[in-house]
Amino acid sequence: MLGEIRQSRLLGLLCAIAGSLFLFSLLFGSQAIPVFQALQETFDDTSSVLALILTEVRLPRALIALFAGATLGLCGAAMQAMLRNPLASPGLIGSASGAALGAVIALYFGSAALSQFSLPIGGILGSLGATLLVYLLAGRNAGTLTLILAGVAINSLALALISLLLNLAPSPYAVREIVLWMMGSLSNSSMDNFWIMLPGTLLGWVLLLRVGRALDALTLGEETAQSMGIDLPRLRWRIFLAVALAVGSAVSVTGAIGFIGLVVPHMLRPFVGYQPGRLLATSALGGAILLLAADILVRLLPAQTEIKVGVVTALVGAPFFLYLIIKSRRYIQ
Amino acid sequence: MSLLRGTALSLSIGDQPILEAVDIELKKGEILGLIGPNGAGKSSLLRCLAGSVRTDSGVLQLGQQRFVDIPRNERARRIAYLPQQTEVHWPLSVTRIIELGRIPHLEPWGKLSERDQQVIESVIADADLLPFRHRPFNTLSGGERARVLLARALAAEPEILLADEPVAALDPAHQLDVMEMLAEHCSRGNAAIVVLHDLRLAAHFCQRLQLLHQGCTLAVGKLGEVLTPDNLENAYQIHLPDTQSAIDTLLNITWSRIKK
Repeated sequence: MLGEIRQSRLLGLLCAIAGSLFLFSLLFGSQAIPVFQALQETFDDTSSVLALILTEVRLPRALIALFAGATLGLCGAAMQAMLRNPLASPGLIGSASGAALGAVIALYFGSAALSQFSLPIGGILGSLGATLLVYLLAGRNAGTLTLILAGVAINSLALALISLLLNLAPSPYAVREIVLWMMGSLSNSSMDNFWIMLPGTLLGWVLLLRVGRALDALTLGEETAQSMGIDLPRLRWRIFLAVALAVGSAVSVTGAIGFIGLVVPHMLRPFVGYQPGRLLATSALGGAILLLAADILVRLLPAQTEIKVGVVTALVGAPFFLYLIIKSRRYIQ
Repeated sequence: MSLLRGTALSLSIGDQPILEAVDIELKKGEILGLIGPNGAGKSSLLRCLAGSVRTDSGVLQLGQQRFVDIPRNERARRIAYLPQQTEVHWPLSVTRIIELGRIPHLEPWGKLSERDQQVIESVIADADLLPFRHRPFNTLSGGERARVLLARALAAEPEILLADEPVAALDPAHQLDVMEMLAEHCSRGNAAIVVLHDLRLAAHFCQRLQLLHQGCTLAVGKLGEVLTPDNLENAYQIHLPDTQSAIDTLLNITWSRIKK
């Protein structure tokens, strides 16, 4: 097994990788653009074509990949720590499927065409609604298993409702639009999308700023954590709200991007000595790196139709997850 | 001087009464053994004292202060709780687990201070964990795990330690190791309440015993006052032949650890 690395060094390394990928994402794409010229034109005159490609196409795409990836990594780590379950993902408590349902409803009733804001707002509302429902279903002092089961139930319900909407969809175009959206993509990102995503994302992150130590304490179980001064119901409420806001915002803009929230914490856990608190920031950077990389890959692949980034993360993520399971079989009891 | 006092503590889960007006008092420097048959309410009582379960009625006091008036964090610094079965959910190293014990002393963003480090080092040394300190918890044996978990609780430097069967499933030598760690902690002016099933260990290490039976206190006091033939028969439903001398024999067999 690979060993623990000092936190400052690890964060520095991950920041450097994320930063390079961010730049790479700005510079490379389906259109090769002369980078320096584009930058110069951006500063001189924002209406030139090159400047537009950079600021209106590449920049929002890279920003959204950075922020959505970080959200997925962060929330995955927080959920796994809170539930002490290595299979927990950010979507487990209903936030992702709720967001998808909300967004699909917005698409379905055509309101997405009316205003570009209705889709993300539908998504965030769906995420908050589904998460709240899981929270209420499980009850204030719910055990971990109850929470997981309530999450599974609400997720299935949301997926069933999405299927119902697809089933009843008036035209094959509507179905296609919905299905493609659900695959998760960054290709139609605009700066407006980014600004819509930003408040919920930042609010969620801020809520998670101070939970690290409580999550560390939870390593020893709920009773011990409580005896160590952790207010468990409050911690849970805080994480629920944070995940609903941040994941809801991300999914509403990018569609469902799977596996990042599940896999990234597993990849990085050995480097932080398995400490859940330290894993949060690390995992956020890891998520950003993975999504940026996947999005770059998608753009560089020579395909007639652009492969959706959600498809890539799942295709790469699932086998990798399997590999992790086999490698760490003896650690999972 | 009483460090911890609970008066008329009652608790029920649904319609089932678990504790009925139990009084408990812990004095400075002592180890109070909480004994009684399975289901007598020992663990529940300990949970109430640890603050992880709220009693339906009754008053809990820490020194002169009522529990409810003490901030959560301060309470966590003064009372450490070692539940019956502590799972460690990630393969943290021994040192990292013991560091967790300092959490009640830390600011949300603060790092371990030099003083924290000193406490951790001395706890690791006292618990004989130096050779294992970098090993992941899940690779340790039962006896080593028990010592690590106790060391975690002691790293908080609590005035009061509540330990629920800390020696369950340990061999005699490891039982003694753990109990001696506890006794050492209490000899420094702290105190502990320990749930024990092994009456011999209880008699050997505890200054006072409290015998619970069906959610009530059947007896409390010095060893001789609690470990009487009648009490044992009533509480445990066991029949001892030639009772008094059997109890004497039970209490007088003591073995000690061969020092490594």
